[in-house]
Amino acid sequence: MEISVQEFKHCDLITVKGRVDSATAPQLAQALETANEGGKYKLVVNMEGLEYMSSAGFRALLAAQRNCKKYNRGEVVLASVPARIRESLELAGFTELFKTFDDTLSAVGHF
Amino acid sequence: MQTVQFAAKFEFLDEIREFVGDIARKGGFTEREIYNIQLASDEAASNIIEHAYEGVNDGVLEISCGVKNGVITIVLVDHGQSFDPAEVPVPDLKADLAERKIGGLGIFLMRKLMDEVHYRAEPKRNRNILTMIKRRG
Repeated sequence: MEISVQEFKHCDLITVKGRVDSATAPQLAQALETANEGGKYKLVVNMEGLEYMSSAGFRALLAAQRNCKKYNRGEVVLASVPARIRESLELAGFTELFKTFDDTLSAVGHF
Repeated sequence: MQTVQFAAKFEFLDEIREFVGDIARKGGFTEREIYNIQLASDEAASNIIEHAYEGVNDGVLEISCGVKNGVITIVLVDHGQSFDPAEVPVPDLKADLAERKIGGLGIFLMRKLMDEVHYRAEPKRNRNILTMIKRRG
């Protein structure tokens, strides 16, 4: 798994590539926490290059969403979610907790 | 059935997914089905590593997998703490963000993704056996 962060004027774009499972999810959680610690609560998670995500990754996203939405200070949105990952997110009832966008441009533009 | 023993550590989840994925692919499952079989196996293995072998460093996870007549069977055997899956609460998927509980999501996904999930604790033989079954197409 690879994570890169790009700062925009109104939000941060966090790009996650590869596979997120119980072994790698802590790195994703850490990246999201680091953004929050830096006062960034408007986050776009770009999943375009993501091949796989287990519920360990869902947990990291949920924790971040809770923290970002606190005091209405922001939110986590998802961009370019691959079909199979979207299916499992739906199965877990997670698509109701996150706005999703077809591409990063419209996700970044949301903020 | 092919059987492989893995060290019960998260860093072997990649290999576990590859092991079941290769067998599913040879067995004629579609890429979508293969993804779901890999996800269910990952959730099962992750639960065993996290809970059955909590605090154990040298746990062994034995996984057997095979396809027969268009049906894939995955059997995970561990020698850790047993648990009763019936006691794991079903997550409330309608709960809002603040109320959403994350526990039990792995088991929930396993049950949704596979056709059958069976769990059997054999305390006398110090082992737990989790069997998952999925039919092709």
